[in-house]
Amino acid sequence: MADASYPDDLRYHPEHDWVRIEGDTATFGITWYAQDALGEVVFFDPPEVGSTVTKDDSYAEVESVKAVSDVIAPLSGEIVEVNTALGDDPEAINNDPYGAGWMVKVRLSDPSEADDLLDASAYESSLA
Amino acid sequence: MSAREISGEVPAAAGMQSPLQREQARTIFEKGARGRRAFSCPAPAVPAADPQALLPAELRRAAPPRLPEISEPELVRHYVRLSKRNFDLDSGFYPLGSCTMKHNPRLHERVAALPGHARLHPRQHPARAQGALELMWRLERALAEVSGLPHVSLQPSAGSHGELAGVLLTRAYHADRGERGRTKVLTPDTAHGTNPATVTMAGLEVVKVASNADGGVDLEDLRAKADDTVACLMLTNPNTLGIFDPHIEQITEIVKDAGATCYYDGANLNAIMGITRPGDMGFDIVHFNLHKSFTQPHGGGGPGSGPIAVSDRIEPYLMVPRIVRTAGDGNGGPATFALSEDHPKSIGRLRGFQGNYGTFVRAYAYICSLGAEGLRDASETAVLNANYLVARLRELGVAEHLPLAFGELCMHEFVLSGAPMKRDLKIRTLDLAKRLLDHGVHPPTVYFPLIVDEALLVEPTETETRETLDDFAQALAAILREAAEDPEIARQAPYTTPVRRLDEAGAAKRPVIRQPLAEAEPMNA
Amino acid sequence: MSRYTSATPDDLAAMLAAIGVGSLDELFDRQVPAGVRLGRALDLPAGRPEQDVYAHLRDLAARNVSAEDELCFIGGGMYDHYVPAVVDMLMERSEFLTPYTPYQPEVSQGGLQVMFEYQTAISELTGLPVSNASVYEGPSAVAAAAYLARLANGKGRVVVSRAVHPHSRQTLATTAAGFGAEVVEVGMRDGVTDSDAWAAAIDDDTSAVVFQSPNYLGAVEDAAALAQAAKNSPAVVIGSYDPIPLGILKPPGECGVDVAVGEGQPLGNRLDFGGPSFGFFAATQAYLRRMPGRIAGETRDVDGRRGFVLTLQTREQHIRREKATSNICTAQALNALGGVVYLTWLGRAGIAELGELLLQRTHYARETLGALPSVEPLHTQPVVREFAVRLDADVAAVVERCAAQGVNPGVPLGPDYPELDGGLLVAITERRSRADIDRLGQVLGAAVAAEREGRVAAGVAR
Repeated sequence: MADASYPDDLRYHPEHDWVRIEGDTATFGITWYAQDALGEVVFFDPPEVGSTVTKDDSYAEVESVKAVSDVIAPLSGEIVEVNTALGDDPEAINNDPYGAGWMVKVRLSDPSEADDLLDASAYESSLA
Repeated sequence: MSAREISGEVPAAAGMQSPLQREQARTIFEKGARGRRAFSCPAPAVPAADPQALLPAELRRAAPPRLPEISEPELVRHYVRLSKRNFDLDSGFYPLGSCTMKHNPRLHERVAALPGHARLHPRQHPARAQGALELMWRLERALAEVSGLPHVSLQPSAGSHGELAGVLLTRAYHADRGERGRTKVLTPDTAHGTNPATVTMAGLEVVKVASNADGGVDLEDLRAKADDTVACLMLTNPNTLGIFDPHIEQITEIVKDAGATCYYDGANLNAIMGITRPGDMGFDIVHFNLHKSFTQPHGGGGPGSGPIAVSDRIEPYLMVPRIVRTAGDGNGGPATFALSEDHPKSIGRLRGFQGNYGTFVRAYAYICSLGAEGLRDASETAVLNANYLVARLRELGVAEHLPLAFGELCMHEFVLSGAPMKRDLKIRTLDLAKRLLDHGVHPPTVYFPLIVDEALLVEPTETETRETLDDFAQALAAILREAAEDPEIARQAPYTTPVRRLDEAGAAKRPVIRQPLAEAEPMNA
Repeated sequence: MSRYTSATPDDLAAMLAAIGVGSLDELFDRQVPAGVRLGRALDLPAGRPEQDVYAHLRDLAARNVSAEDELCFIGGGMYDHYVPAVVDMLMERSEFLTPYTPYQPEVSQGGLQVMFEYQTAISELTGLPVSNASVYEGPSAVAAAAYLARLANGKGRVVVSRAVHPHSRQTLATTAAGFGAEVVEVGMRDGVTDSDAWAAAIDDDTSAVVFQSPNYLGAVEDAAALAQAAKNSPAVVIGSYDPIPLGILKPPGECGVDVAVGEGQPLGNRLDFGGPSFGFFAATQAYLRRMPGRIAGETRDVDGRRGFVLTLQTREQHIRREKATSNICTAQALNALGGVVYLTWLGRAGIAELGELLLQRTHYARETLGALPSVEPLHTQPVVREFAVRLDADVAAVVERCAAQGVNPGVPLGPDYPELDGGLLVAITERRSRADIDRLGQVLGAAVAAEREGRVAAGVAR
């Protein structure tokens, strides 16, 4: 994706992860800033469906040619779905980080944790 | 090649390729034919026993491994041609920072090949390996003198292996004193990658110490972090910025007052031989890279050797076996040497046999050749060459785009930052490095250390002439001038190498790490 | 100025002027605090001309008894194979000897393609799809495999057979103390791993199981059975292999082994009193991203040319740092070059022929020695190139008597295996002809007899 973008309908974690909340489930991924810093993604190592994620802890790793990065959970819960398409097409994380580059869907254990997250403009300001 | 060809306007495919560029890479597995052979197997010449009785079918392979079938001339041509697709130190300047690419004296290959060294079995009885044991003992003494630490083990296979030994020794030392709460290793944020990896392998935890504005260790941060949970500080001095920390004595004192050990990463020893010694700076454990300061050839990525020297308080835990010298009988009988395993507190061994003896022969020959004066001259000239190169770059205006990241003087290596170049000339350190390849030199180390943006780590070493350094400075200046005119040239470089820029992401995404082979056929085919 | 540096007085003056300092001392005075300056010459002998250094190194060599000087039947992990001249010639070429790791792949295609070919050869030899470009040597490769297992499954115990090389077991113990695994040793029976004890030792907390084939006593182990015993546990199955017998032995990849490692010295590398050599490290596809060491991968350049690069580098120390699969930076690239050239020289037919040759001559040697009075095979398992006998005499003294006759009959087992006191490990390579083996029989037989007689004469009972 050529230009930086931070959609308004998402919430953001300072460690460069985004959340799309839909009721008591949420979708996680990494932001444009994160994929730009990593460079071309070559491998995404997903967690297992059914495993627990904890806010602020790492739940997966994403690997580019030059670096490996932890992916931080913005909220806590149980993983209900994993984006297996990233196995064949890890570049989706670079090309469409908020769409086809989604990583996991989680049933939230404590939706109030979302109060700690940043909105798009707060996150974007933090990058400056 | 014409300027237009170099700039890429005229594609290389229009016939203007070198033979090396034109030649498609084919592995040895894609050459040869059924029935060709280079090896002539001797006849067994013993009474034939039934092979199936000797080794039953269920233990046997059904088909032999699909190794190539080629004659000797084919084998020679393949590998010699392949060698020509390599740049090497004998052929050109190789200022790879942190690697000390100094000349490999050819005498060393001759002595290492002597059958008395090369065909000596590691399990030969020590009484019949006295030459080898004496050589090792003398090398140990020399390394002890250079480092200022009296007890040496030549066992580790490389620098990072020596680091592992150092951390395990530290753990053993603290455990023996009942201090098992010491689980942290402090390392500066300028440290080489092997340091944190080693610490994790040895079951401890890395804690980073900040660098100050001058590129040295931030003493306040160190004081705050050096407590009784710290096992060790791992440091190299001069550091990876080529800077000798003026507070080194305070640093080791702070750490030792906190009850921890001090480990010296000897990768930068080339700056200080005969000038200062890690033992005198307050370190407990030092590792040497025989393939850096002591001229063991780099071999394309090894073999190396990582001996360590330690202080009295660490000595009990040193690996076994150790070399023990017994003085002569006073009646003209020579001193004798033995291998000893009788050290109850030793951490044990970290590899088979005695270590990379072939590297000891070469390092020892080097030390014999140079002597005290020569080793000091090597370090002095290494520092002289690095500072002279910095001066030339300043004179030619290179420093404007590639400034020194820290300080004014350096030790044996220095770091430039490509950030101004990137901003003003629109080319990155990577592009500069690739364009240098077209000038017939190996680029310096790029993107390390991590604390410098667009880093270029340059280590000329002492074996280069002043003329070579002048030529290198000129090459950098030429590339910058070219970039000011047209940045695209460097961005598409190199043009003249056997292959041009390679798709590294593709190699990582869908790794192909062996040659696909035709289906296996049964043994008798 | 030495013969390796070039700064003449004129150079020095010009360089100091350019730098802007008055002397070399000033360069150091301004950077190195006085408190740590050595202030004296190093206490080392003076440097010497090349011819004197040569003479000294030659004198030291002359005080070693090498395989050039005696009939060598010692093995125990390293073997006196014939190294063809092409290996020496290629390993001495500037282009292979003097560069460093291929950080700039455009000018390192020679080294990278050699790694790729080496990886292919090891993969073929072991029957496992993933190989790295070398590790240091055999015993530390075993330890590295156990570390891989630990990172993969986090379990706490490593089960290792006592028939694994003593240096491998010791190295494993030393490094496992670092990463915190308990090492449990399983004994031998009839010269091979005790399969009942092996199965009993494996549980849900077993991180890895380690065996060796042929084992330290030269016996071929039933690798498939040993691997099968771990099937219902989390354990990674690690097999340590001697590469030459893999020309005829069933490869680890077909026996259920997950990681195969071994000492590469027999493949085109010199004895060199124990190093440098290389270790090989191969695994199933599942462990691709957990492999230690460098790996070369195939790719294309911008013009479509086929080429090779270091790949999966994020696993290595210089990017992942704390999370690295190992800390290897410099490995054994030149020795691995020797290995792949040697395997290519042997070729597909040659490696099998060599294996059959060793099988025949080793059998002949075991029969010949077993027929001697007071000498019997220590076990009767299938062997390929090495076997163990038990002497009814003091082994060390027998070895001395043989050495005086210019024959080195083998490695005494007692120091590493006290329960096998009286044991001798005898190795055969293609350099040991029938006549050599016959001579071994004569000399060993005479030495054992003389030793027994000497003891009888001295009144020592056994």
